Order: sequence, then C-alpha cells, then structure tokens
Amino acid sequence: MNVIYLLLTLSIVVALVFFVAFILSVRNGQYDDSYTPSVRMLFEDELVGAEVSVDKKKNSPLNSGEVEEKEKLS
Amino acid sequence: MDRLSCYHCGDDCGKNTIAFDEKKFCCNGCKTVYEIFSSNNLSYYYDLQAAAGASPREVYNKYDFLENNAIVEKLIEFDDENVQVVNLYIPHIHCSSCIWVLENLNKINSSVTGSQVDFPKRTVRITYRIDRFSLKNLVVLLSRIGYEPSISLNDFDNKPKAVNRSLTYKLGVAGFAFGNVMFLSFPEYFDLATSTASGGEFWLNQYQGFFRWLMFSFSLPVVFYAGQDYFISAFKGLRSKMLNIDVPISIGISVLFIRSSLEIIFNWGPGFFDSLTGLIFFLLLGKFFQQKTYSFLSFERDYKSYFPIAVTRIPSNGKEEAIQVYDIQKGDRILIRNMELLPVDGILTKGNARIDYSFVTGESEPLSKVLGEKVFAGGKQMLGAIEIEVVKSVSQSYLTQLWGNTVFHEGRSDSFRTLTDGIGKRFTILVLGIAFLAMSFWLFYDSAKALNVFTAVLIIACPCAIALASPFTMGNMLRIFGKKKCYLKNAEAIERLALVDTAVFDKTGTITTTKRNVAIYEGMQLTQSEESLLKNTLRASNHPLSRSLYDMLAEQNIVTLDDYGEYLGKGIEGVISDDRIKIGSSDFVRDAEVLPEENTAVHISANNSYKGRFVFHNEYREGVSEVFRTLSEKMQLAILSGDNEGEKERLKKILPKLTPLYFNQKPTEKLEFIKSLQDEGKKVLMVGDGLNDSGALAQADVGIAISENINVFSPACDGILDASKFRQLDSYITASKKAIKIVKWSFALSLLYNIIGLYFAVTGQLLPVIAAILMPLSSISIVAFTTLATNMVGRKLE
Repeated sequence: MNVIYLLLTLSIVVALVFFVAFILSVRNGQYDDSYTPSVRMLFEDELVGAEVSVDKKKNSPLNSGEVEEKEKLS
Repeated sequence: MDRLSCYHCGDDCGKNTIAFDEKKFCCNGCKTVYEIFSSNNLSYYYDLQAAAGASPREVYNKYDFLENNAIVEKLIEFDDENVQVVNLYIPHIHCSSCIWVLENLNKINSSVTGSQVDFPKRTVRITYRIDRFSLKNLVVLLSRIGYEPSISLNDFDNKPKAVNRSLTYKLGVAGFAFGNVMFLSFPEYFDLATSTASGGEFWLNQYQGFFRWLMFSFSLPVVFYAGQDYFISAFKGLRSKMLNIDVPISIGISVLFIRSSLEIIFNWGPGFFDSLTGLIFFLLLGKFFQQKTYSFLSFERDYKSYFPIAVTRIPSNGKEEAIQVYDIQKGDRILIRNMELLPVDGILTKGNARIDYSFVTGESEPLSKVLGEKVFAGGKQMLGAIEIEVVKSVSQSYLTQLWGNTVFHEGRSDSFRTLTDGIGKRFTILVLGIAFLAMSFWLFYDSAKALNVFTAVLIIACPCAIALASPFTMGNMLRIFGKKKCYLKNAEAIERLALVDTAVFDKTGTITTTKRNVAIYEGMQLTQSEESLLKNTLRASNHPLSRSLYDMLAEQNIVTLDDYGEYLGKGIEGVISDDRIKIGSSDFVRDAEVLPEENTAVHISANNSYKGRFVFHNEYREGVSEVFRTLSEKMQLAILSGDNEGEKERLKKILPKLTPLYFNQKPTEKLEFIKSLQDEGKKVLMVGDGLNDSGALAQADVGIAISENINVFSPACDGILDASKFRQLDSYITASKKAIKIVKWSFALSLLYNIIGLYFAVTGQLLPVIAAILMPLSSISIVAFTTLATNMVGRKLE
C-alpha cells in the first residue's frame, strides 16, 4: 500500500516541473507581449527572418493549475 | 466626390498627385518609401494592410547628435565591439504592416541582424552590426521609411527597466497550490474517512494524516509568499489608523491558517486549506485583472518627454558640435533649427525668431522676437534657424521651475479613500462585533464550541467577494473605456470621475481643434484675376497659414508666376504679367502700423491698394455646445484659457449662459484656480491638452488630456481622451457613475452570501465543505455579475 506515497510524490514532482517551467517562462518575458506573436505567426514564412518565440504553453498563467491537475488525473 | 488617396499613407492626394508605378502618391516622401519597399521585395507591406504608411518627414541633420558617442551610450541597451542593441519607441506603430516591415529591416540594410516589435508598447528592439553602420544610420533609415523614432530627454538613461512580475508569480503559486489542495481534500469532502469505528474507508484512514500534512505544506508558500501583500497593506493601514479592506482580509487569512493548522496538529479535523488557498487565489486574480495598463501611453510625462536630448553648440571657433542638453553652460551659443524646441532660456543673437509658446502658456499666437530679446525654454521656433546665447542652464529655466511645484511630486492616492476601503472599516467592526457576540453566547451555552464559533465567523465573513467587486468592475470598465478610445490611468480614476461636480476646460486645443481652418474675409470683393493670383501665390508658400488659407479658397487654374518673393516673418508676394499681390502681416501689406489685433489675420493688397484681410478663427470641436449643455445640467463649468480675449464673443454664443470665462491665464494661475475650487470642497475635473495645463491637470481630482493623436504626446494626467470622442465626454462620466452603482450592488450581493455563511458559523455548524463551496461560489458569482453588468453599460457607450 505504500505505493501511494511514491505515486503522490511522483505526481507532485511532475506538477512542480510544470510550475517551474511556468515561472521560468514568465521570468523570460514570454507573457510580456501577448499580442505581437499572434500577428507575427500570420506572416508568410519565407519572409520572417527574426527568431520567433512561440508560446508552447497555454497563454495564460491561470492555466498552470489546470495543467497539473490533468497530470494527476492521468 | 472623386477623392484620390495616397497608395502609401492613405491621405488625400489633393492637387499635386505624383503618379509612379501605376500608383498615386500624395508626396515625394511617400513615393520614396514605396520605392525603397518595392526595390527590397517588401511590397507585401501593402498587401497586409492598405495604406498603412506615414509620410516621412524631412530629416536634414536633425540626428547629427547621434554621432556623439557619449549620447549614443546613453541610448543603447547593449554594446560590444561589433554589435549594438537599441530599443526605440516608434509612435507610428499601429498595425500588422508595421510589425512586418520593422521585423524585416534586414532586407533593407543587411547590417541589421534582428529586430523584434513589441506592439502593445509600440517599441522595437533592433540588433545591428556597427562595422559599417551606426545608430544614426539606423534612425535615419527608420525616418526615411516613415517610422521616425521618438528620442527625447526621457530616454537619457535607457537602462532596461526591471519589470515587476511578482504578482504573476504570486498568482502562479496560489493557483498551483489551490489546484493541488482541492484534490487532496476530496476524500474529506465525501466524508470517506469518518472514523474507523463506523467502518470508514480503511485506506483513507491510513493515509489521512499524510494528505493533511501535504495540504499544510502547500498552503505555507501561499500564506507567507502569495498573501504577504495583504498583511503588509493591513499593517500600514493600522499604523496610520485606517481600517482598509485589507484588515479584515488579513484577519480572515490568519484565522483560517492558524485554525486549520491547529486542527490537523491535534487531529480535530481536516482544516480549511482549500478555502484558504482558494481565497488568496481569487483575491490575487482580482488584483491581476485590475492591473490593465496602457503601456504605450505615458501618463507620467514631465518636461523631459518634450525636450531634445542634445543641442548644437557653436563654439567661438565656429565648428558646430552636438552636446547633451544637461551640459549646456551659461554663456554658450546654441543653434535652434526650424521646428525645434528651446531647451533653455536665452537671448536671441542671430536670425528671425518667431516662437510658439502655446506649449507653455496656451497662447496660440507665435511671437516675433528681435535680436537681443529674451526667449524662454519650452518655446518652439517656427521660422528657420536661430542662434541664442544661453542665460540659464536647463535646471534653472522657467519651464523647469514649473515642474518644481509640489503637485507633481505627491501621489494623490494617499488622500483618496476608495469605495472598498470605505466599506472595509464598517465591515471590520461589524464582523468583529458579531464574532464576539456569538462567542460570548456560546461560552454560556456550550463553552467547548465557543472558540470554534468565533473563528468560524471570522473565516466565513472574510470579505473575499467584497474585495473582488471593485477590481473586476473597474478593471473591466477600464478595458471598455479603452476600446472606446478613452484611456484611463487606473481603476481609481473611474471612481474619482464618478464623483466630479465641477468641470474646467482649457480652450485652445481642447474645445477648439488644433487646425485653424476657418477664415472670414473682411474687405473689398476680389476680382476673378485677383483671386486666381492669390491662390497661385499661396501655392508657392509653405507657411502654415498660407497652406490653410490655400485649402480654403476655391479651386483656380494653375498658372505659373512671373515673380515670387517670400519675406520671412512678413509675408509673400506674387506677380503675374503686371498684376502684383501682397499677402501677409498688416505692416508688410500696407506701410502703416495698425492696431494690434486679437485674432490672427492675413492681409491682402493688390497693386499696392489695400483690399482686405482674412481673419482666422479657431474652429470649435464638433458637439462642443452639446457637451456643455448636457454637462451644465449636472455640474458647474468654467473655461480657463491662456489665450487672449479675441474669441470671447464667439464663445459666449456657443456656451450655456453664465459659464465663467477666464482669459490670459498662466499655467500657475490655472493650478491655483483649481486649488481654490477644491478648497471650497468641489471635486474638479480638468480637461486640457498641453504642457500649459499640466499643473492644473495634476492638481485636479481628475485630469483628462484631449489628444488628436494619442501616440504623440500629452501632459501628465489621469486619462487621455481621443479628440474624436470629445462629444461623448458626458457619457463616460455617466458610465463611471454606473460603475460605482454596480460595485455597490455587488457589495449587497456579497453581504447576502456572508449572511448565509454567518448563519452556519454562528450556529456552530460550519463544516470545511460548506466553506469550500460558499467561498468560490460567492467569488465567481460576483465576478460574473460585475462582468455582465459592466458590459451592459459599455454597450450603451458609443
């Protein structure tokens, strides 16, 4: 039965990984400008020379909680 | 109406269309930009958004100061041996075409290695190699394609500002913990682990402690990190003997945390960790929502945003050099080019000065100065280049003195008690009263329950929903206002706006348009040939008055003049065959001095006989009288103008009877006027447009700046209103009053929840599960209610 300790620990570790990823992405300024990337992605590809940072995560800090919950459910 | 609009900028081409590449352009500048774009494969610019460009302005040697390394160093963010990074503010950024072309600068010049636009802030960060390129080249390149960056004294120390993201982190921490704690409390909710005796779930009984301690550890960072602002604010409030809303919130949080911890330590129950983390999460959400700012607008401008960063100094050996404004010494001779701002007070030593002080005094007429006369900082030279000898350094000049007024240095928020804080005081006293009453009752009745009831009351009455009502209402209202082109600095500005009972307006540029395009002709009728000559002579001139007069007159055939002369500061002269026309100031047109006029006028003589004059009037904005009529029913009005009394009679016709009019007001007098009104206990709204109103705008309870181009500039204020929306001013005030009503309704709604919760608490049957349902339910329903209600109000706004 002690496997529950292991499972809970694992799920919390996974959740923490997501949490740290969120903090880092905020710190790197990913949420500073939420408008320009949405326009930038519509440009023709061969013309975009600048390196574009695309948010891989959902676009709102409020979703971080959801992500971990899903982790735990699975 | 066959209107040709320019392919590049969309302006009306008028008479002098330039056809190129089967497209029409309004000026050479636009055509040049088009050529640059099309020769560099950038014509996709025009596919993204039609006519998105701006006509480039002439840039002679305006940016020579960027050759001075000391100045460049102040502007750039990063510098190593061959690469520099600079972050430039470009007001013209307004659509996807702008983003696209600025991010593809490297196609125009390969020295640019990367550029990234931040649209909300209207900035672009550009990385470039400096082996064959420099900041000056870059700025000139940008100006040539119509994206002139704005570089002012404000950018002098362009250190990347540390962004404060702590609220986002706190929200992350609280949300993270809230989600996890909710999960961990599930077994408790379903009461699966009542007791081993009644044969509860064995498995959960085994691990109950583990679950609870996990919840406890999740709540630690939430209380001590995410919630710390509430404790700090409550402490500050108490120290200044104020019971703000954060006091009951802090009490609630502490009681929740202490009681929950005790419960799990002594194994009395599961504690309220889910409510605790949820509460802080929702509170922070409200704060986050309220944080909406219009970062591309600056509400905190002082004279630095208007001043150039460098001037041209003329040393005795005659070699011009660019120096930083701060390095100007008394006795220096400096060069002021056409349309440049005087950064310091000085004495005119060379050239024709015609200086527009409207920025500083509100006087709309440029003043002519002769050699040896004093000129003051903040004036704008309108006519060719001049040289002045400096008599005072920047920090001692007249304009800078104005900013020394204390009104610019004290935040107003300390004196203003928000609606929420107002209710916070009564609320705290009430809740504590109920808690003590309930406790004393239970002490007699069943002393074991007394402490339990006391804490339960404090927990359930924690004014989470009350604290949310205002941020969500105001935050949403701020967004709605912003969509309607009325940009307010913060949520508090809406509350203040709802309370105003007096409105004071500046005249020039506020209730009048900045373009002077109404002229009335007084004098003898002109013959057909004279009219044609007049129009054709005006065509040749670039003076703003000639341009606006030219646009007003009827179309004439274009004829080439035989002779044309322009006399700086006096007027122009045109000759066709043997007809001669003189257009200009009265002493130029007829050789006699006339009485000074109150309004701008252009005089005309044909063949040396005086014909008449065009008198220019300021045109009033659309709907001015309507705005004044509706406002006068609700509040007192007044007009404060830095201008002379020339318009007095016309104003009287437009405005409601008995509106007080004050003319020739200096900036400090305006400020004092507002102050005296406030001393009478009035809540004053000041509507202005220029630097000359800035003191009054800062002093007033609400200062709103009217701006015809919100990206250009506006003085420090609480809100910026797009000039096209001037006639809706009244509806914004009404909407803000409604917003206050919505907040009050939300208070009532959240009190209802509190009463339900209190019933459970006082009777001693508050279970964690009830708290866990009531708390989010009340918060979410308040958020839903305020959002719906504000959207309803917003729909009524035009």
